[in-house]
Amino acid sequence: MKATGIVTGIISNLVTVRFEGDVAQNEICHIDLGGTKMMAEVIKVSGKNAFVQVYESTRGLRQGDKVEFDGHMLEVQLGPGLLSSSYDGLQNNLATMEDVFLKRGEYTAPLDHDKIWHFTPLAKPGDTVYAADWLGEVKEGWLPHKIMVPFSFKDTYTVKSVAPEGDYTIDETMAVLTDPQGEEHTVTMVQRWPVKVAVGGYVEKPRPFRIMETGVRCMDTLNPIAEGGTGFIPGPFGCGKTVLQHAIAKQGDAEVIVMAACGERANEVVEIFAEFPELIDPHTGRHLMERTTIICNTSNMPVAAREASVYTAMTICEYYRAMGMKALLLADSTSRWAQALREMSNRMEELPGADAFPVDLSAIISNFYARAGIVRLRNGQTGAVTFIGTVSPAGGNLKEPVTESTKKAARCFYSLAQARADKKRYPAVDPIDSYSKYLEYPEVVEYLKERVGKDWVEKVSRAKNIIRRGKEIAEQINILGDDGVPISYHEQFWKSELIDFVILQQDAFDPIDSLCPMDRQEYMLSLVLKVCDVPVEFDDYEQCGAWYKEIINVLRQMNYSEFKSEQFNKYLEQLNTLLTNE
Amino acid sequence: MSKAFQRTYTRLEAITKATVTLHAQGVSNDELATVAGRLAQVVKIKGDLITLQVFAGTEGIPTNAEVLFHGEPPTLEVSEELSGRFFNAYGDPIDGGPRVEGERRQIGGPSVNPYKRKQPSQLIPTGIAGIDLNNTLVSGQKIPFFADPDQPYNAVMAQVALRADVDKIILGGMGLSNDDYLYFRHEFENAGALNKIISFVNTTDQPPVERLLIPDMALTAAEYFAVDKNEKVLVLLTDMTLYADALSIVSNRMDQIPSKDSMPGSLYSDLAKIYEKAVQLPSGGSITIIAVTTLNDGDITHAIPDNTGYITEGQLYLRADTDTGKVIIDPFRSLSRLKQLVQGKQTREDHSQVMNASVRLYADAQNAKTKLENGFDLSDYDRRCLEYAKAYAIEILSIDVNIGLKEMLDTCWKLFARFFSKAETGIKQAMIDKYWPAE
Repeated sequence: MKATGIVTGIISNLVTVRFEGDVAQNEICHIDLGGTKMMAEVIKVSGKNAFVQVYESTRGLRQGDKVEFDGHMLEVQLGPGLLSSSYDGLQNNLATMEDVFLKRGEYTAPLDHDKIWHFTPLAKPGDTVYAADWLGEVKEGWLPHKIMVPFSFKDTYTVKSVAPEGDYTIDETMAVLTDPQGEEHTVTMVQRWPVKVAVGGYVEKPRPFRIMETGVRCMDTLNPIAEGGTGFIPGPFGCGKTVLQHAIAKQGDAEVIVMAACGERANEVVEIFAEFPELIDPHTGRHLMERTTIICNTSNMPVAAREASVYTAMTICEYYRAMGMKALLLADSTSRWAQALREMSNRMEELPGADAFPVDLSAIISNFYARAGIVRLRNGQTGAVTFIGTVSPAGGNLKEPVTESTKKAARCFYSLAQARADKKRYPAVDPIDSYSKYLEYPEVVEYLKERVGKDWVEKVSRAKNIIRRGKEIAEQINILGDDGVPISYHEQFWKSELIDFVILQQDAFDPIDSLCPMDRQEYMLSLVLKVCDVPVEFDDYEQCGAWYKEIINVLRQMNYSEFKSEQFNKYLEQLNTLLTNE
Repeated sequence: MSKAFQRTYTRLEAITKATVTLHAQGVSNDELATVAGRLAQVVKIKGDLITLQVFAGTEGIPTNAEVLFHGEPPTLEVSEELSGRFFNAYGDPIDGGPRVEGERRQIGGPSVNPYKRKQPSQLIPTGIAGIDLNNTLVSGQKIPFFADPDQPYNAVMAQVALRADVDKIILGGMGLSNDDYLYFRHEFENAGALNKIISFVNTTDQPPVERLLIPDMALTAAEYFAVDKNEKVLVLLTDMTLYADALSIVSNRMDQIPSKDSMPGSLYSDLAKIYEKAVQLPSGGSITIIAVTTLNDGDITHAIPDNTGYITEGQLYLRADTDTGKVIIDPFRSLSRLKQLVQGKQTREDHSQVMNASVRLYADAQNAKTKLENGFDLSDYDRRCLEYAKAYAIEILSIDVNIGLKEMLDTCWKLFARFFSKAETGIKQAMIDKYWPAE
């Protein structure tokens, strides 16, 4: 029995509904406004009153308008065709909407029901299966998209039949399963799942032990993020958060990328729509769009759907993880999501926490970050969801609730510094403030030694020390003047500049420099450290600066050249000449 | 005004400085009402208890005031007749002209589907080199001036508007002083451009809460011309800080918990709803928004400029340059996020190289200045930088410059040649060969 009700109160998009029957927390309902059905979610129940947040503008809504409850929470549809789609926060397909303007109550199908997929069975009759076990697969782009026992199937099932290899639409029956009571259940290519509940169906969630390569040197070399790890990028406006996220999206070593544009500028999403279909994935040579899903709830779209958008994105990632794939979720920006929570909490007149955010903000954020991770599936394979979120701290001040709560939840911290952005040193990730906790994991260190090189970890820590020392010296030179410190200080300062210009800085708009694979990162860092080891005698500090500037210029030209190409080797020779001439 | 089916009420249950509350039936959210002859809007419904925000304030409203519901949210009648007219926050003429006849449209309408947007790609030239050269504007962009109250931001904006190559200019004036209002009117009339300008004005002597209607009125008119008529529309909003202040007054009266700087927690969404109306439409029409956000003593960490910065596509800073006595567009802190979409594509190939070199040399001049102030010796290069900085401020950065883009680029090349060697500019050799002025 589904509940019904009528509207009794309205403040902006918070609506009070007096209901008959039973409703659940987070249950979805539809409010009838003169024939337009507007979706809403229960966020509080008090007696016979349900407080619902409406995912649309409530303009024109009246007391007494009818409400129908749906009997389930906010769900997404999971099946082939998710990749290369563009959705709003509630998984409506934006591309199939006809009007230029978003219409209230216009909900479009997330998946194409007419498209034909070529199915190959993986299970056979008689097999015993559980939720998330693979029954068959279809090719989605170049990815083997697994058709699984729906996550909501809680029992042990016996496969009664599986469709033979052939062409099917997503709604056709792919398998029939029998539960222990002998009841039969049909499985199609589509399943539904409530977004606010984490997808299970795996055996264990081990500690991350591999690095997810992003091709961004200041991340991979200095503070790598683990596959199945979590990280966040806080920074004031104008520091390049979005450019950095787009760079990671273009090159991240993941099979599936979900980008959640959460409460940000529409023109930034337009840029993705315009650029991504043209770009090529450096790992597979296929179009980037084929492995990308965009969840887009820009700042002017309804606020409540903004909160839903990050959950929708996460659920899609978890779905692909259950297929044994590496998924990467990029959310820009989680602060906007937190602000959506604040607006609602405020309208419900809850007692506020710091900066008027809800008191459970910290718990909500850490719960969300906890959904990332690497998992071991029942069939022994692994899948991962890596999550990187951006944070937009108010006034650029990191001592604010969203940054602080996120810092507790995320394991990697990529701090964008205004000072670096002002000097156009991009990406403006501060090498000293930023950290990766994964470097403390012995299994990650082992992995790095094997993957990159035995002495890699020592090299990185040496580089970090040089940067740290360089910063201290820069401050001393500022106070004492260039003449006030010994030449050896200038030398140490320039060594840190060398690392800054050659390793940390990276041109996100250059086709070669923007993507730096791990072996190239290893090569360049080793080379730079070798330069640091060359003993040089200088007469004065100006000579010292001039020499390093020349070295930096040659090394930067190498960054712009195809790795180990003729041009690259030519610059390498130039460098060696410079080094041996002294 | 009163219509047959409208129900009137004459009993107010509560009155605050900005709102009244009464029992009423069949009222819809956001609809307009008249309370003792003043316009008001439904902001809260709790059972049959309705709270109305009275735009003109509640001074003198009695508990037995007559309340009349209009049955619809605020609307604007749109047609070509809007051109050349001045209106108040309610869309009523204030220039003595007749009422505008046209199609009634609800203000504050829905958003454009992001998937249907086009990437902004049309340059908007203004003649001001500090903008065109260093912070190029693009149609469909939204960008504010961050300015201290004593700076001539309204004059600069009027200049930008009148020089910009657009079909319509729509002014949304919030808390304009009467003098500034008359200034805009005078400038528009003098420029002979009145027929392409539409103004919605709320002056300081009018109630602050009325201001909340101005951006939606201006943008509804803008959408009419951009969407229905495929025109390039430029919307000017001044001063958005006063708009935000009005928001905080209302949320305060509604007992909402304030967040940072006593602003409502929804400030980001409220501002984004306005700024995101800037759009490049697939049909060719566009809405570009240039706004003014006044700062308190240059503080950009305050909630209003801070939230604005996260929403808009860059910002333009005005600064008084003490060395030359000119008001300049600050080349360091100003930014147009969309400039790379047109630079070198719709402008000359040397644009971005010249821009970067000229700003970098200007930065070197700042370093030299610091050295000088700290009593260190200046090198020959430092001295040349300082000379260059003065010329650059006068000939390029100053807001009274009015030249074409080609001339801006040529001016920069001349400055480079006057003060620097080719190598010192660090510009690509191919560009130097082509554009370095002959001896």
